[in-house]
Amino acid sequence: MAIIVTEKTKVLVQGITGEFGGRHTKLSLDYGSAIVAGVTPGKGGQFFEHGSHRVPIFNTVRDAVAATGATASAVFVPPPFAADAILEGVDAGLELCVAITEGIPIKDMIRAKRAMLGSKTRLIGPNCPGIVTPGTGKDSSGGCRIGIAPGYIHKKGHVGVVSRSGTLTYEAVFQLTSKGLGQTTSVGIGGDPVNGTSHLDVIKMFNDDPETWGIIMIGEIGGNAEAEAARWVKANCKKPVAGFIAGATAPAGRRMGHAGAVVGGAEDTAAAKIAVFKECGIETAVTPSDMADALIRAAQARGAKLA
Amino acid sequence: MNIHEYQAKALFEKFGVAVPRGVAARTPTEFESALATLGHEGPIIVKSQIHAGGRGKGTFTDGFKGGVKFAKTKAEALELANRMFNNTLVTAQTGPAGRKVQTIYFTQACDITKEYYLAILLDRVTSRPVIVASTEGGVEIEKVAHETPDKIFKIIVDPAIGLQGYQARELAFRLGLTGDYFKNAVKLIGALYTMYWETDAAMVEVNPLITTPTGQVLALDAKVSFDDNALFRHPDIVALRDLNEEDSKEIEAAKFNLSYIALDGNIACLVNGAGLAMSTMDIIKYYGGSPANFLDVGGGASKDQVQAAFKIILTDPNVKGIMVNIFGGIMDCNTIATGVVAATRELGLKIPLVVRLEGNNVAAGKKTLAESGLKIDSADTMADAAQKIVKLVA
Repeated sequence: MAIIVTEKTKVLVQGITGEFGGRHTKLSLDYGSAIVAGVTPGKGGQFFEHGSHRVPIFNTVRDAVAATGATASAVFVPPPFAADAILEGVDAGLELCVAITEGIPIKDMIRAKRAMLGSKTRLIGPNCPGIVTPGTGKDSSGGCRIGIAPGYIHKKGHVGVVSRSGTLTYEAVFQLTSKGLGQTTSVGIGGDPVNGTSHLDVIKMFNDDPETWGIIMIGEIGGNAEAEAARWVKANCKKPVAGFIAGATAPAGRRMGHAGAVVGGAEDTAAAKIAVFKECGIETAVTPSDMADALIRAAQARGAKLA
Repeated sequence: MNIHEYQAKALFEKFGVAVPRGVAARTPTEFESALATLGHEGPIIVKSQIHAGGRGKGTFTDGFKGGVKFAKTKAEALELANRMFNNTLVTAQTGPAGRKVQTIYFTQACDITKEYYLAILLDRVTSRPVIVASTEGGVEIEKVAHETPDKIFKIIVDPAIGLQGYQARELAFRLGLTGDYFKNAVKLIGALYTMYWETDAAMVEVNPLITTPTGQVLALDAKVSFDDNALFRHPDIVALRDLNEEDSKEIEAAKFNLSYIALDGNIACLVNGAGLAMSTMDIIKYYGGSPANFLDVGGGASKDQVQAAFKIILTDPNVKGIMVNIFGGIMDCNTIATGVVAATRELGLKIPLVVRLEGNNVAAGKKTLAESGLKIDSADTMADAAQKIVKLVA
């Protein structure tokens, strides 16, 4: 098993006819993911074609779900309309909505998250690389790729990866794969201050997943989500966990590309988070080059297997 | 995006948040007419307008002390304004270079009964707006939060229904306000919340909020920043942007969709992805170097972007070396390598350059770098690249 998505998950793409959404839909199809529908208002009845694939396009998410049985969506809709697209997926009863879009106004996400209370939809993102459950084919194909992560760097295995940052996720996955350590699922939760799924949410799922034997958690300056997750790990998680926090050198009060990564007070600095990691028994990578090795050290200390 | 105090106060007034009377002047020729418009016979506060806090305790580079001053008369206010204008103010938040004062804000001086603190921002734990208030105003709120957390009060607002009357009342009672003060504070809190919400503000801070002997509750200072992602729906707020307050390199970078922030070190970096860019700075520091900037070229760096990024990096005279760190997930590493070679050649780069490429088509990318005949050091990992550039710059 993996978490959140498997190779069987039926995925629709909101914004499939956009340049960015289209490009990544093709890559997901090549990866072997079950992309069963696209949604672009006004283009219902057309098809998204790629090689032998012919993906039907619908005007609404509700139509797409009714016709194809899709349970998950990837949102590639431009920022001003992205929160609306997320809520359309929620209203259509999707189980999972992965919002890739970067630059959604914070107020839109505050409202969307409030509107999602009590719904069954899990939101991942926004401003995230998405989620990959690697498959068993060449370059890990045959799995489920929702979003923009490079599929080929993955390998099916037993490490769970959760991160706010896209390229740092790739860095960690690449290090793991290079060392022969595969992954169950890699989840990019996104860099925005208001997001759907937290580090802790994902770590709880990894902890419950018998196929996941070790976890890498990658965080950034800003907020206290990593500290919250670390304290839960200390109390509840028996699996080896390694962590890394980016932004130790970031000057206070400056926005570093991710809206979430603003140093606001003493508790959300890199140093404070790293201190909490250490106190909670999380093996902390000293540099970003050290993430896979840190997990290997954590596993050795517990006498746990990772592959 | 940040705005000046005088602009924030104009927005406050528009939304019904009470402020002391004030008039801004952008040139010395406007000073006298501004003071006349102020139409105030009593003492005046003369306030330097820059996008940084700590103005009152700041010092100008010519030795003149205080970016916010009390003047007994109009003549004195005029004299103080002339001392501040075009002068460079250094505060705890500006860095040693300081900021040139290009606008002066005259306000009526108010008798203060007591100072409070009031702010509205996003609470990341609940993903809802939070109103923060304290009986300890006019001081550093971080210090209050740390030393006397019981003097800080918070109200979380449900975005579906907005701020409720009982919440504003509760906050005003917690601040110990009664009578006219209570009524005026409740009104001000409601108006401030509306302003925060309607303008897509990221943060609104009033420090201090004051009570006066005549029963008024006034925002004596105002610090407002807006969510950059929402500016597209607020052309009126975009019009308040003061480019003089922003780093020219950061403005240039934004034109090429580059996210650039200047820092104090001497090793420039060019990276794709914000998290990787932050951790590239970290690893340079870890190996004993000092990063000159944060630069995120985004997910799909083009040749033009790389060239623009190099140009921006090289305008910083402190830069003694460059580290390029690209994880080409989807993007082709060879495209990046070609861009790096072209930029290096066109700009006649003289300083050390270390390039770490990984990902899609990396072999071709490394070959392009190696065959360019240029002095470009290739590295296999982030650690390797950071160690190499630190050594070359040392």
